[in-house]
Amino acid sequence: MMAASVALVVAGQGQPQSPVPEAPRQNDQIVLKIQGPPGLPPKYAVPDFIALTNDAETIAAAKTIGSVLWDDLNFEREFYLIPRDTYRSIPAATSVDHVPLDQWKQLGADGVIIGTVSKTPTGVTVQVRLIEVASGRTALGKEYSGTLKNPRLYAHTASDEIHLQQRGLKGVARTKLAFASDRDGERMKGPVAERGLSNIYMMDYDGANQQRVTITRSLDITPAWSPDARAIAYTSYRTGFQDIIVSYIYEGRYSNPTAGTSEKQNFLPAWSPDGTRLAFTSNRDGNSEIYVINRDGSGLRRLTNHPNIDVTPTWSPTGKQIAFTSDRTGSPQIWVMNDDGSEAHKITNESKCDRPTWSLSPNNEIAYASQTGAGFDIRLYDLASASSKTVTDGIGSNESPAFSPNGRHIAFTSTRAGKAQIFVIDRDGKNLQQITRIGMNRYPNWSQ
Amino acid sequence: MMALIVTGACGKKKPPVTRPPVSPPAATSTGGPRPAPPEPVHEPVPVPAEPMASDTLSSIDIDTLNRNSPFEPVFFALDQDDIDAAGQQSLNHNAELMKKYPTWIVTIEGHSDERGTAEYNLALGERRALAARNYLVSLGVPADHLRTVSYGKEFPFEPGHDEGSWSKNRRAHFVVTSK
Repeated sequence: MMAASVALVVAGQGQPQSPVPEAPRQNDQIVLKIQGPPGLPPKYAVPDFIALTNDAETIAAAKTIGSVLWDDLNFEREFYLIPRDTYRSIPAATSVDHVPLDQWKQLGADGVIIGTVSKTPTGVTVQVRLIEVASGRTALGKEYSGTLKNPRLYAHTASDEIHLQQRGLKGVARTKLAFASDRDGERMKGPVAERGLSNIYMMDYDGANQQRVTITRSLDITPAWSPDARAIAYTSYRTGFQDIIVSYIYEGRYSNPTAGTSEKQNFLPAWSPDGTRLAFTSNRDGNSEIYVINRDGSGLRRLTNHPNIDVTPTWSPTGKQIAFTSDRTGSPQIWVMNDDGSEAHKITNESKCDRPTWSLSPNNEIAYASQTGAGFDIRLYDLASASSKTVTDGIGSNESPAFSPNGRHIAFTSTRAGKAQIFVIDRDGKNLQQITRIGMNRYPNWSQ
Repeated sequence: MMALIVTGACGKKKPPVTRPPVSPPAATSTGGPRPAPPEPVHEPVPVPAEPMASDTLSSIDIDTLNRNSPFEPVFFALDQDDIDAAGQQSLNHNAELMKKYPTWIVTIEGHSDERGTAEYNLALGERRALAARNYLVSLGVPADHLRTVSYGKEFPFEPGHDEGSWSKNRRAHFVVTSK
């Protein structure tokens, strides 16, 4: 399985639309790529980082960074991460230059990551070195500086750099998930009973640092990250009807490009891959249709024209096509059309399907929710072979899939553990993880 | 005290109740026997009967009105937005009510049960609300007195996970937004 996912990445590199950036070539040095035994992934060990200053904060940060980096590197399944409890007995290196390589070799590690954390007058310096155990050569050496507010970020940054340099892979350790949650228990007066409100929240890809984004005393759902991850577009009921709000989350301002009214409601926004346009659903012409509008509110264009439901658009990686849900054949199915609305055609023929999400990776596939028995499962439609396969396992109901930017992972909503929570699974159905636990959490969306 | 609570509960304006004057602190006097506590003197406060209202709906506040809605919800079959005979009867009743209270602005909420997917249900709820709205307009209710909003499966009326609850959650629900 490991080998299969490695092969996929390699295959993807030759394709022109690959979103995986070229490894940065800072100089003409040849990159040392640590190899495992033939046909097997390289084995990595990531011991605790070394605290070079002896204060509690630095010691705690050193521990955190080592363990988060292990998790980050394990997440992409490019390396075999040797379990950390097997090398508690190996004495810690005293610096990145004095590493007991023979002991790491004995453990079977191909690469070991040694790091240090030291306090400075202005914050902290974190050193990371990826060492080839056989030769003692440094494959990657980095030094970061910053604050100790979020030590996990050093691990995430190092993980992304290691994946890029060693595997040519765009890691997701610094990405974030936006979602809707009712965890704060806010309620709105309803005509019969009080209604629990969801607002927009965000968290790191691994569930750490969960924080609230919108505070509107109304219902906010279906968040969508702008490609630059500076803004989140979402469906808000703050005006009493559905409209799309774009919150610039680091600037404290928002815009309302769709300029809805009670007669022209707008929902389920989706950014074009270049971030210049939003596709969305609107009832402005009497029933649910798909529209596209420029980010500044200009250039409104209607793409579908059918008396049945057309809803929840998603863009192809090139921005030339849009997939959406339509029930024009009697049940909701996934359709694909050009970005001018032409050549709409149905790609699924299942019981009921919804919420297509187009992968940005070279895999060229669309994830969607599909009815399987009483509930739904996440399925993947491969555009090349025009065939689908099931990703989730029939436990609970699984819906609202969202791809990680490298196309390897899918976040989704599931009732498998009780009330709806956000889970992440690899596209091959492995590595299922529950990410949220507080309140009810739905509509995940993955930043790029 | 009791009288105050009762007054609050029935929501009628009452003359303000005069607070009894605060008695001077007894502890200031030194020596001698304590005077007997003042004898309570009071009589029950009459609660007026509800006035004969010719029109209670126009006098009660919007929240109370909506909690005991005079409108009948319209229920739908699974995945459907067709209005059946019972639904038409309910809408006839609702149209009469709106003609009787021509100043009311009414929002029609579209809802679905929990079984479908969230995104499709947002559109399905909208279809149900619009179907109810269009039917009311065909009965002569002014379109500009009607609003719609879809909540999909966000706000179920019944919390259960069976057809008994689902059938009540697939509905167009009528809410008076202003009077």
